[in-house]
Amino acid sequence: MGRLVQLIKNEWSIWMIPLILIILWQGLGQIGLIGHDILPTPIKVLKAFYHLSADGVLWENIGVSAKRAIVGLIVGGSIGFFLGMLNGLSRTSEKLLDSSIQMLRTIPHLALIPIVILWFGIGESSKLFLVALGVAFPIYLNTFHGIRSVDKGLIEMGKVYKLKSFHLIRSIILPGALPSILVGLRYALGIMWLSLIVAETISADSGIGYMAMNAREFMHMDIVVVSILLYALLGKLSDSIAKFFEKKWLQWHPNYHSDKSR
Amino acid sequence: MPEKDTGLKIELSKVEKSFNELKVLKEINLSIKPGEFIAIVGRSGCGKSTLLRLISGLETVSNGLVFTDDQALKNIHPDTRIMFQDARLLPWKKVLSNVQIGTKSRGRGEAKAALAMVGLEDRANDWPIVLSGGQRQRIALARALAGEPRLLLLDEPLGALDALTSIEMQQLIETLWLEQKFTAILVTHDVSEAVALADRVLVIEDGTLSMDLSIPLERPRTKDSKFVYYEKKILDRVMGGKESHLHGAVTRLSRTM
Repeated sequence: MGRLVQLIKNEWSIWMIPLILIILWQGLGQIGLIGHDILPTPIKVLKAFYHLSADGVLWENIGVSAKRAIVGLIVGGSIGFFLGMLNGLSRTSEKLLDSSIQMLRTIPHLALIPIVILWFGIGESSKLFLVALGVAFPIYLNTFHGIRSVDKGLIEMGKVYKLKSFHLIRSIILPGALPSILVGLRYALGIMWLSLIVAETISADSGIGYMAMNAREFMHMDIVVVSILLYALLGKLSDSIAKFFEKKWLQWHPNYHSDKSR
Repeated sequence: MPEKDTGLKIELSKVEKSFNELKVLKEINLSIKPGEFIAIVGRSGCGKSTLLRLISGLETVSNGLVFTDDQALKNIHPDTRIMFQDARLLPWKKVLSNVQIGTKSRGRGEAKAALAMVGLEDRANDWPIVLSGGQRQRIALARALAGEPRLLLLDEPLGALDALTSIEMQQLIETLWLEQKFTAILVTHDVSEAVALADRVLVIEDGTLSMDLSIPLERPRTKDSKFVYYEKKILDRVMGGKESHLHGAVTRLSRTM
């Protein structure tokens, strides 16, 4: 028991379960318990990964997908952030806009795919639209909520010290809302990949989703698995980036505070 | 033009404040000389904090007028600073930047000088979160005094501190007040704190001033028999004149000094 506890305390222990699963997967595949047409073994997947990256197809598709994701995030994120700021700061604008935004938010945006294809065709703009739409709402909600939950005492303090509105927003309201905005960003990153996958799977001529759909038609199970794993890795990567910014920008926050920053 | 280097003169004329139907303050008349140290005592909910917020300009009067230097108060006076029970430091700014907010030039030099005044210049680069409650209040005091205010309002700033830290803060406030000669108004429920610091103690009861007592004791004040006399007199008033219960309370309070 003591040894197991020691093992779990180790920093590498987060990889323990994935590793065990992969070994199990390889073993079961090799003895034929998992058919090759159902799930190729990890070694076969690695081989497919190697071939795809060697002839450049993989990097090209990752590049295309990443670009769509990032542009969509920037466009949708800015819109969500702007609306969140506006409605957070002004009761009038909240009254006018918030209920419309809430109504739009409840439409599952993937259900809009038919209309999006009719409007934008299957080119880049339809994918950008879906990603931007998906990303905007979590950023909006969390920016709005973050601004509304800034400590009223601090705002009052700012008024006593005669901070003008721009200064008040920059020094007190925005930093106070930042933890919540970053939660929104992490949530948005998840939705960003989700929207992109669906958009690329349904209609695309490049990108990771397209690669997977294309492989499916030719029964290249190994490439399908590579694509799925790529999404998982990209998702994990963007989450880590968001976490990095949380650590960097929220050093002052009790939840993120470490003694190293002293 | 009033002299800039002395305290602000304050005059309240028939000031009333109601929240919805509830009248919190009734016809308060009061005049405070420049540089005077006033303490306002009363039970919780008597309206003493409301009075302070009216003088600060954070709340507006329902009736009557507040004058600062003979001018009717419309907004927060630029030479007014307030200390609250919580320090209200910005947690996302280091200590020095927090103090910088209080300086007139928003410069680092003045902020450093203000930090030195409260003896915390070596904590300039710390996050507020790592400081103790007493240290945070001292930073808040440095921030308040960095802009050389002419009126310092203290809304139970020592209420959340332990007894020893609280005495230390009292002495610090007194020293800086003697040096800078601003007008000070302290709201507190601690009678002995009021007697230790104030030139004049006001008692508020049910929204009216029920006592206005000068404390002519010499500074720094020690807890001698005269001190206890004033303390008991004020406490009797606060408690509504029921002497029999008070003996114990007075001795308990004297022990905390």
